[in-house]
Amino acid sequence: MTSNSSPGGRPVTPENRQSTGAAMPGAERAMFGVAGAFLLTAGLRGGSPFQKLAVTVLGAGLTALAVMGRSPVATALKIQQNEDGETLVSDAVTIGKSADELYAIWRKLDNLPQLMRHLERVEVLDERRSRWTVKAPMGYSGGEVSWEAELTADEPGQRIAWQSLPGAQIENSGEVLFRPAPGDRGTEVVVRLTYRPPLGSAGALAARILGQEPSQQLRDDLMRFKREQELGYHPTTEGQSSGRASKGGKA
Amino acid sequence: MKAIIWQGTNHVGVETVPDPTLLLPTDAIVRVTSTAICGSDLHLLDGYIPSMERGDILGHEFMGEVVEVGSDVKKVRVGERVIMPFNLACGVCDPCQRGMFSACDNSNPNHRMAEALYGATSASGLFGYSHLFGGYAGGQAQFVRVPFADVSCFAIESDLRDDQVLFLTDIFPTGYQAAENCGIMPGRDVVAVFGAGPVGQFALRSAQMLGAAEVIVVDRVPERLRLAEAAGARTINYEETDVLVALREATGGRGPDHVIDAVGLEAHGHGPGALLDTAEQKLRLSFDRITALRWAILSCAKGGTVSMPGVYGGLVDKLPLGAAFSKGLTLKMGQTHTHRYVRPLLGRIQEGEIDPSFVITHRAPLSKGPELYKTFREKHDGCIKVVLDPWA
Repeated sequence: MTSNSSPGGRPVTPENRQSTGAAMPGAERAMFGVAGAFLLTAGLRGGSPFQKLAVTVLGAGLTALAVMGRSPVATALKIQQNEDGETLVSDAVTIGKSADELYAIWRKLDNLPQLMRHLERVEVLDERRSRWTVKAPMGYSGGEVSWEAELTADEPGQRIAWQSLPGAQIENSGEVLFRPAPGDRGTEVVVRLTYRPPLGSAGALAARILGQEPSQQLRDDLMRFKREQELGYHPTTEGQSSGRASKGGKA
Repeated sequence: MKAIIWQGTNHVGVETVPDPTLLLPTDAIVRVTSTAICGSDLHLLDGYIPSMERGDILGHEFMGEVVEVGSDVKKVRVGERVIMPFNLACGVCDPCQRGMFSACDNSNPNHRMAEALYGATSASGLFGYSHLFGGYAGGQAQFVRVPFADVSCFAIESDLRDDQVLFLTDIFPTGYQAAENCGIMPGRDVVAVFGAGPVGQFALRSAQMLGAAEVIVVDRVPERLRLAEAAGARTINYEETDVLVALREATGGRGPDHVIDAVGLEAHGHGPGALLDTAEQKLRLSFDRITALRWAILSCAKGGTVSMPGVYGGLVDKLPLGAAFSKGLTLKMGQTHTHRYVRPLLGRIQEGEIDPSFVITHRAPLSKGPELYKTFREKHDGCIKVVLDPWA
């Protein structure tokens, strides 16, 4: 397997990766269409001239997006989707440490919940299989969702890949690449996650709005990992002095 | 302790707030002995830098005495007299290792906010300069917490007065880097400086140190122009003459070889561009008024450099990029890599090459800070630079 293939053997190429946001699913499309038409009508009907203009423009915009079938929210929030309807999340960071050191930390799978904060637990079952647990997204009862995953690639100092096993409620896969940064700058760590959102794209959007959206979370996770590795601590201003403490909170 | 607090656009006040404490083992606490108001603080007062919050402690030009250090602080000692660059740097990451301290990867805890606005990787943290730049409490206060203490604190062992070394925290290195970015050919190049405020004054003197054949300073405030003339600069008052014509004439039709924009995002000036900028800024359609930058690009000689120490925050309109392109200009800009310049410039002060206290016009207790913000902004009372004593 080459280093740019995803675990299912499907290469991650520009062809199956839509970089400019996600197509809008039918339900969302209809919702935007209705909202757009409503605002258009309202805008053309009444209010001050400025309100009229603003509401009309917003309505026209939503209608146009519904007609084009692009989700404006997904586009703005950089959600990527491949042709199989899977959501892709990827990001990268350069860290001033060797690939071997960084690989060793990721390879110990029970470290993963510290590295990727959306994970509650990862229990190693045997050499290839592990059990992963996350807090449940919307629409699930019980508070947690678990699945079994297996390693699909383990190339020391270069790459680790995994894939959920059949029966997983959230079908997902992922890989971490470690490659030397040019000019002795340490190691480029690339993380790619693929998953089928539990409620289609709307579920991912809801999750994003609730602050659990994977793309931002991954960015935060990678920056935290970099700072842990380079500094050994996280810079902070929490608990510092300000004029808010004396006045009871933010204005 | 007493501190100057941002209370909202156009409102700063002195409030009593809790004393700072060590938050990380790499922190130090400094008792502030002198603290200045910077021209860039006026952008905060005027509300042009996003992400300020009510209650933020202002100030990024200050010095003092170390009163407490964390358990992982190796070099800095309690009792040392220190100055701190206005920007925060971890000293470990690749940009820091290359001396690009204001590009530090690790010092901004709010990297998410900075990345959303400015793309790619985050800007470094700054003292007292909005949450976008880390939300660190500033030093217009009696005490300040200094993160990354071993990297941030520079011990001042000589008997130089506070007034003489205080500006190593920002405006002297900022003016110096602006001149250095021009790549001046000694004895040959003519440098124009737009803005005769504190940074412009240091840029002028730095250009001279670096061998500029002549320096021309453009402003409209008579006492600022006089201060530039006292250093040997030729001056142009843009309210009395057409600045582009005057610069052509002064340089035999070539234009200045390099132009420094020491004005930034709240430029005054006139013409249709300036009117449009002001209208857009008032409507919050655009953050930045760029008359000085337009003049800089239009006046600069072919193959020259436009160096921008003046702060810009957002989007600009009607930037004459075609002029910059067709003349083959180099544009250089950005926050100063202050840490790089502290020791070399301290050396120049010790050798008597320059006494940075020349720029100070107002000294007052911290309690007078809020009214001096206004005096400084309105350029009343000949105000060029304000230094406050937190303990007076």
